[in-house]
Amino acid sequence: MRNLKSAAIALAALALSVAPFAAAKAQDFPSRNVTMIVPFAAGGPTDTVARLIAESMSRSLGQQVVVENVGGAGGTRGAGQVAKAAPDGYTILLHHIGQATSATLYRKLPYNVLTDFEEVGLVTDVPMTMIGKSTLEPKDAAALIAYVKEKKDGVIYGNAGVGSASHLCGMLFMSAIGTPMTTVPYQGTGPAMNDLVGGQIDLMCDQTTNTTGQIKAGKVKAYGVTTPNRLKSLPDIPTFKEGALPGFEIAVWHGLYAPKGTPKVTIDKLNAALLTALQDPKVIARFADLGTEPVALERATPEVHEKFLAAEVAKWKPVIEQAGVFAD
Amino acid sequence: MEIFDNLALGFSVAFTFQNILYCFLGVLLGTLIGVLPGLGPVPTIAMLLPITFGLPPVAALIMLSGIYYGAQYGGSTTAILINLPGESSSVVTAIDGYQMARQGRAGTALATAALGSFFAGSVATFLLAVFAPPLADLALKFGPPEYFALMVLGLIASVALASGSVIKALAMVVLGILLGLSGQDVYTGTPRFTFDVIELADGIEFVALAMGVFGIGEIVRNLEDEHTRTVMVQKVKGLLLSKDDFKRIIGPVLRGTFLGSFLGILPGGGAILSSFASYSIEKKISRHPERFGKGAIEGVAGPESANNAGAQTSFIPMLTLGIPSNPVMALMIGALIIQGIVPGPNVVNEQPNLFWGIVASMWIGNFLLVVLNLPLIGIWVRLLTVPYHILFPLIVGFCCIGVYSVNNNEFDVFTMALFGLIGYVLVKLQCEPAPLLLGFIIGPMLEEYLRRAMLISRGDPLVFVSRPISATMLGLAALALLVVLLPSVRKKREDAFKE
Repeated sequence: MRNLKSAAIALAALALSVAPFAAAKAQDFPSRNVTMIVPFAAGGPTDTVARLIAESMSRSLGQQVVVENVGGAGGTRGAGQVAKAAPDGYTILLHHIGQATSATLYRKLPYNVLTDFEEVGLVTDVPMTMIGKSTLEPKDAAALIAYVKEKKDGVIYGNAGVGSASHLCGMLFMSAIGTPMTTVPYQGTGPAMNDLVGGQIDLMCDQTTNTTGQIKAGKVKAYGVTTPNRLKSLPDIPTFKEGALPGFEIAVWHGLYAPKGTPKVTIDKLNAALLTALQDPKVIARFADLGTEPVALERATPEVHEKFLAAEVAKWKPVIEQAGVFAD
Repeated sequence: MEIFDNLALGFSVAFTFQNILYCFLGVLLGTLIGVLPGLGPVPTIAMLLPITFGLPPVAALIMLSGIYYGAQYGGSTTAILINLPGESSSVVTAIDGYQMARQGRAGTALATAALGSFFAGSVATFLLAVFAPPLADLALKFGPPEYFALMVLGLIASVALASGSVIKALAMVVLGILLGLSGQDVYTGTPRFTFDVIELADGIEFVALAMGVFGIGEIVRNLEDEHTRTVMVQKVKGLLLSKDDFKRIIGPVLRGTFLGSFLGILPGGGAILSSFASYSIEKKISRHPERFGKGAIEGVAGPESANNAGAQTSFIPMLTLGIPSNPVMALMIGALIIQGIVPGPNVVNEQPNLFWGIVASMWIGNFLLVVLNLPLIGIWVRLLTVPYHILFPLIVGFCCIGVYSVNNNEFDVFTMALFGLIGYVLVKLQCEPAPLLLGFIIGPMLEEYLRRAMLISRGDPLVFVSRPISATMLGLAALALLVVLLPSVRKKREDAFKE
């Protein structure tokens, strides 16, 4: 009975202590936990980026930043939830390049990518690598392109599903060399990698997060890096920019967003915490393990990210429309 | 022998106070979330990921693994006691386990599940320690045609799940397949059976379907008929197994362990099939198949061993290849990355203390689980004596929390309620829900693998018979079909001869 009573008192105290926060001013932000929604399953590369950033941001904001995974519908369910959340900065979104491509991939999106969010800033660019099964004939990127052009849809390209980074990379590659391959979608990178290592499919292009371990162990052949500079974690792998296919460039960037209408002071505080995280030695070290690094600080501001997002939406629109693949 | 050196290394890592503590914490948490309906290892591990930041990698992985296989132990508890499978692996356990509970043998069923799981877990861990690399290579030989053949085999065997009418069982399988096909098409992104409801874009949530059809449906049925409940509570017999029980479960446990160990290494649905497959086999080879579905102890022993063996060997692709075979393994890979370990085939060589430490901790964990679970059985069984008007609102409450926690989505709670209603109607029509769930699980995979195999072979159907593994399995499937059909064929012939 006594326990029950003290529990009731504790509950009442909790209720009283929570109530004023609802009316708290933007200047007091953050006065309680911040929820960072990741629109993908826990454990994936995006989730990992989110958790690393959230841990560091918690320290500088003085409040826990709690990662919540709201997966489904190619990331649009979680993004939609943030778009409709209260614009007070307590619900934020960490999304990747899919934020830009979903604007075209989903023709019935219940929110507008460009007008329903306040950009907080860009977080990182995760490079991708084009990899093939270990027995695939071509020795380097130039030979691979010639091989694909000759065999055309006899080459099997696997991806992690409609709208995934590997799907986007494949579309961009095929449009860059002007030759379509046979595309085989999987449900996630895991099963696709399984079939690539097992030699069931020929090619895949995915984030270094997923490919580095397999490349280092020699289970797959690496043909090239899709970002302008070679990677510190894989120094022997040339970039496509070095000569094989200079126009072909893709990185899986990650950005942080708040709902439209979030006060400027709040956005600035979130951005300051983000900038601190991007300079956090622990974050930098873990990002390096993933084969990536934080973006240059001047690219991580709300203003620059807003322009960047608009440019990315415009860049992907024709590629997706030309491929004729939509996710709805 | 290298293996002994490795195991010695593993045990030296796992047998520290800290690591035994985390192993215990893991299996305890796993048991608890396994018992709570719907709350599975995925949300739990996701919630605990931030905590693992501060732990050394080995301790973190030992704890997370413990949660996973601990949940397999706990998952059978609600399936047996209140007909509520929270996970696909315990769907089969509910069939005979719940009937045993209704006959007052809940304690025996729970003890069977615990002992079978312990044996299977220990053997599968041994296989993992000795044969991990060759088993991983075998798993890689399974391409889309082989998986397709495996699913066909599973689907045909599923007819054996029904203890009543075969026609009704087939109807349930087909209904399950149709439900399973709802959601976005993997290949084109086209929505199917979604009626423009965005929540259906990823299909119907399995946990919501299973808990609705089994658990909620059963609650509605119980409320309509207070009488059967009272009978069940009054007749709680001995908690442990008799000599005769032991004799009966040895065979099923051994076969279940073997089957589960093998199917567990196959990513993409192998593990899910193992408990179904084990049940079908036990029923097929039993001299008294008519007892199945009415409280046969073999129907609990086999599948429970199979699913626990599968849980253990499903670590093989993750640990040796760095490829996750299910969402839990994907989370473990996430945990490794956060710890600064790049998952991949090199982890075994570069981090031997991690690999062997986890393997050794699995024996410790399985031992802790059986020690933890056997005394708990008495408590669980006493739960059944709680008056039903108090028990059922609690069950419904926990179901709602559990289902919500899967995707943090309230839509799933309504889905569960709807399927609760459907489950009740099915009981009234004497249609069994287990084949429906198997159809729901296998249907989409059957389609996915068929289309993938055809894409890769560029439209040549011969791919299914020109590859030895797939051809063998399809042959077995044809044989199984023949065995199912033969009795009726023979009957017709006998009838013909009479005339």
